[in-house]
Amino acid sequence: MNVTGIGQRVLRKEDRRFITGKGKYTDDINLPRQTYAYFLRSPHAHARIRAIDKAAAEAAPGVLAVLTGADLAEDKIGGLICGWMIHSKDGSPMKAGPHPALAQDKVRYVGDHVAVVIAETLNQAKAAAELVEVDYEALPAVVETAKARSASAPQIHDIAPDNTVFEWSLGDAQAVEQAFARAHHVTRLDLVNNRLVPNPIETRAAIGDYDSGSDSFTLYTTSQNPHVARLVLSAFIGIAPEHRLRVIAPDVGGGFGSKIFIYSEETVCVWAAKRVGRPVKWVSDRSEAFLADAHGRDHVTHAELALDQNGRFLALRVKTTANLGAYLSTFSSCVPTYLYATLLSGQYDLPAIYAEVDAVYTNTAPVDAYRGAGRPEATYVIERLVETAARDLNIDPAEIRRRNFIKSFPHQTPVILTYDAGDYEASLNRALELIDYRNFPQRRAMSESRGRLRGIGFSTYIEACGLAPSAAVGSLGAGVGLWESAEVRVNPTGNVEVLTGSHAHGQGHETTFAQLVSERLGISIDQVSIVHGDTDKVQFGMGTYGSRSGAVGMSAIAKALDKIEAKARKVAAHVMEASEADIAFENGAFTVKGTDRKMAFGEVALAAYVAHKFPTSEIEPGLKESAFYDPSNFTFPAGCHICEVEIEPATGETTILNWVAVDDFGTIINPMIVEGQVHGGIAQGVGQALTEGCRYDAETGQLITGSYMDYCMPRAEDLPSFTLDYTVTPAPSNPLGVKGCGEAGAIAAPAAVINAVTDALGVRDIPMPATPEVVWRAAQSRAPRLAAE
Amino acid sequence: MPKVSMTVNGKQVSGEVEGRTLLVDFLRVNLGLTGTHVGCDTSQCGACVVHVDGKSIKSCTMLALQCDGTEVTTIEGLAKDGVLHPMQEAFREHHGLQCGFCTPGMIMAAIDIVNRHPNGLDEATIRHELEGNICRCTGYHNIVKAISSVANKRAAQAA
Ligand code: FES
Ligand code: FES
Repeated sequence: MNVTGIGQRVLRKEDRRFITGKGKYTDDINLPRQTYAYFLRSPHAHARIRAIDKAAAEAAPGVLAVLTGADLAEDKIGGLICGWMIHSKDGSPMKAGPHPALAQDKVRYVGDHVAVVIAETLNQAKAAAELVEVDYEALPAVVETAKARSASAPQIHDIAPDNTVFEWSLGDAQAVEQAFARAHHVTRLDLVNNRLVPNPIETRAAIGDYDSGSDSFTLYTTSQNPHVARLVLSAFIGIAPEHRLRVIAPDVGGGFGSKIFIYSEETVCVWAAKRVGRPVKWVSDRSEAFLADAHGRDHVTHAELALDQNGRFLALRVKTTANLGAYLSTFSSCVPTYLYATLLSGQYDLPAIYAEVDAVYTNTAPVDAYRGAGRPEATYVIERLVETAARDLNIDPAEIRRRNFIKSFPHQTPVILTYDAGDYEASLNRALELIDYRNFPQRRAMSESRGRLRGIGFSTYIEACGLAPSAAVGSLGAGVGLWESAEVRVNPTGNVEVLTGSHAHGQGHETTFAQLVSERLGISIDQVSIVHGDTDKVQFGMGTYGSRSGAVGMSAIAKALDKIEAKARKVAAHVMEASEADIAFENGAFTVKGTDRKMAFGEVALAAYVAHKFPTSEIEPGLKESAFYDPSNFTFPAGCHICEVEIEPATGETTILNWVAVDDFGTIINPMIVEGQVHGGIAQGVGQALTEGCRYDAETGQLITGSYMDYCMPRAEDLPSFTLDYTVTPAPSNPLGVKGCGEAGAIAAPAAVINAVTDALGVRDIPMPATPEVVWRAAQSRAPRLAAE
Repeated sequence: MPKVSMTVNGKQVSGEVEGRTLLVDFLRVNLGLTGTHVGCDTSQCGACVVHVDGKSIKSCTMLALQCDGTEVTTIEGLAKDGVLHPMQEAFREHHGLQCGFCTPGMIMAAIDIVNRHPNGLDEATIRHELEGNICRCTGYHNIVKAISSVANKRAAQAA
C-alpha cells in the first residue's frame, strides 16, 4: 500500500509553517500605505439614530474619513443578504428586514455598526471615534427567545410584525396526532439550546485594497468561503463586478461556521479602500468578536415522543422557537429549518414526525451556523427525549435505542432525508464494550461510597453533511448550488498542483487532499501541493462548512483525477505505440499489457507537454483537467458517544471520567486528522453542555458575557482524554465513500453530557450550561436520595 | 519616544516605542515577528506567550519598555539551523495543532512547563499547567500527548 495514500496516518504537510511561526494569517499581512479602521458600535440594544455629528472626529489627528450608513447609501452599496429563502406554513416568504453594513436609521443590537473611522494608526482611529456624536433615541429592547413575540416586545423590523421571521413546519401533523391518540406513553420535555459564541482563537480580520489603475478591488479576509464572499459582495452588495474583485482568505485560525458569513466589517473595509484611496485594515479584538460574530444555537423547544407499550417509538412532535438575532445573517434561515428539523428522526425508525419552527428577531447579535448548525440542536432534542423515555418506562437506555434503530437502508425518514447507509447497532455495541457498560453499577457504587454521584449518558447521533445535491437544496430555497470544483495541474516534471474550491482553516486539507492524489497517481505527497483560498487562482468554490470538503471537495478532485488518468493513458498509448485498451496504470506507471514497455507517471507528464510523440490534432498538449462535482445525496455520518461523569455534590463540580466515541465516517482518509476533528468537536459540545452560555441582560439588552473573563471557554482541565473507535459503512453517494467528521463531536456531545449529568443527579432535566452552580442546586434538592441509598 | 533594547531570538534589537506599546506589538509590528499571535484582550487565551529571560509570559500583558535589557525568545527563535525544537517536533508528531493559531503560544508555554518539571509530568499536571492557554480546535487531547512525550523523554534521559 502507498505509504502516503488513503487510510494512512500521514503527518500534516502544513504543520511546519504553523509550528515555526510562519503561518500567514490576515493580521500578518500589511500593505504599503495601509490605514486602520475602527468601528463605532451601538451601546444600545435598540435605538433610533436621530443624527450623527462627525465633524470633530473628521478633524482629529490622522483621520482620513469617518463614514456612516449615509455614505454607503450615497455609493449605492446594498445591504447584507440572507441566502436561503424560507416560506411560512401559509406560503408567505420570510420577512427579511434591511441589513445595511452601517446602520441607516436604527441600531438593533449592542455592537451594531454605527460608523467607521479610518485613520493613519489604530490608536488615532480609536481616539477619533470618541469624538463622533450620535444622537440616539433609546427604544425598549427584547433579547429573550421566548419573549420575542410577547405583547410587550418592541417591534424590531417594520416588515416583521410580532418579530416573526417565519412560521415554518415540516412533517405530517395529522399522522402524528393519530399516533399520539393511541400511544401507551408520552414523554415530554421543555428544552433550551443555549446560545453560544463560536470563538475561533483567531478573530475576524479584513484588509480592503483598491487599485485605481485597473479599477479593481482586493479583499484579504478570514473567510471559510472566499468565492461566495466575492459573489455576495459583487452581485448583491454591489462593491464591484466579480472579475474586478479578488478575495483572498489566507491561513485562517479556525472558523467553526462563524467565518462563512459576509459581515459588515469586510464589506466596509473593501468599499472604504476606494473612498480613502489607500488599503484599509481592520482586526477584531475579542470583545468585538463577542459582540458581532454570528452566534450559534439559541432554541426554545417543547418536544413530545409517543411510545407503545414495548417502548417502540410511534411519533415525535416538536415545537421550536429559534432566535435569529437582530438581522438575518447569510445562512441563518436554513439552520433551524432544513438543517434541524430534517434530522429529528435521529437514528430511529420513527413512523411520523411533525415539527413547527418559528423564527424570531430579537435585539441580539445575528445567529447563524456554528459547528454542526441545526444538527446539534436536533440531536439534543431526540437524544434527550429518548433517554428520558427510557427512564420513564424503566428500559435500559441502550436497549430502547436498539429496539428503535433503523436497521435497513436506504431508509426514507418522514422528514425529507433518505439515509443511504449505516449500522447503528454496531457502533452502539462497540461503544458499550469500550466503556465497560456492564460494570457501570460497580463504578457507580464506588463513587457513592465516596459521597459522589456517578452518571452515564448516551448519544446516538446522526448528521447530514457534505451539503448538496444542488437540485435538492435549490428546491428547498437555497440561493446557490452546493457542488464543488477542482483543477488538477500536472506540471511537465510530474509534480501536481491541485486547485480546490474548499477552504482549509485547521482541517488539514493540504495533507488529506494530497493523500488522495498520492494514492491515485502513485506519487509521493511531497510532489503535490494544494492551492485554495484565492479567487484569482481557483476558478470557483463553495468553501468549507458542514463537513463537505471530503465528501464533495475531494470527490471533485477525484473526478478531475479520472480525467487526468484518461488523458495520460491516451498520451502513453501513443508514445508507447500501443492501443489505449492495452494500457494499464498501476503504482504510478503506465504499462502496455503483456509487454515490458513502461512509462512512469512523470514521463507521461513530460511527454504530454513536449508533445513530440503524439498527434496534437487528436490530443491536446498539456495535462491539466478540471471538474465540477455535484453529489447525488448528502452523506450521513452517525455514531454513538457515551459519557461517564462524576459529580461532587458539595461543590456541583462535574468531572468527565470517561468518553467513548464510536463513529461511522465511511472511508477514512487520514485517521490521525479525523481523530483530531472528533476531539475538537467533543470539546465544543462539552463546552456547550457544561460551561458556555452567551447571556444578555434581559432588561437592557447589554451583552453580559463579553470576554473570556465571563464566557467560559473549556480549558485543558475541563476535558478528559477520549477513547475513539470507528465502524465503517462507506457512503454510497460519492466515489470515495467518505462521509465527513468535522461536526460529529459537537453534535453528539451535549446530549451525552446532559444525559450523564441528569442520570447522576437523578433529575429529569437540567439546563445547559450545567455549571457548578446549576448542578449544585440540583444536587441539593436531590440530597435525600443519596442519604436514603 | 522612549527607546527600548533587548535580545530577541539571539539578536540585539532596539526601537522607539510609546509608553503603552505592548511587547506583542513590538514583536509583531516593529520586528515583523508575526508568529506570536493575539487572541484576546483580557490576557486569557495565551496565544501570545513568549519567553522573557527563559520564562513564559503573555506578551500582551507586558509593556515593551518593561523588557528593556531582557532576552526574549519567540516561536521563530526555537528551531536552530533548521532543526526543530523537540516540542515543535512533538506537536507535529502527535497532531497537537489544527488551525495553528494557538500553536505558537501553546508551544512556548509547553516548553516552560516541561522545564519546570524535569522529573516528568502526568496528564493531570499537564492539563492544570495549561490553564493559561486556550485552544478551540484540538480539544487538548493531542496537545497533552505532545507535551507528555517531551516531558517523559526528558525525564528518562535525566534518570
Ligand atoms: S492575546 Fe495574550 S493572552 Fe490572549
Ligand atoms: S489549533 Fe486552532 S486554536 Fe488551537
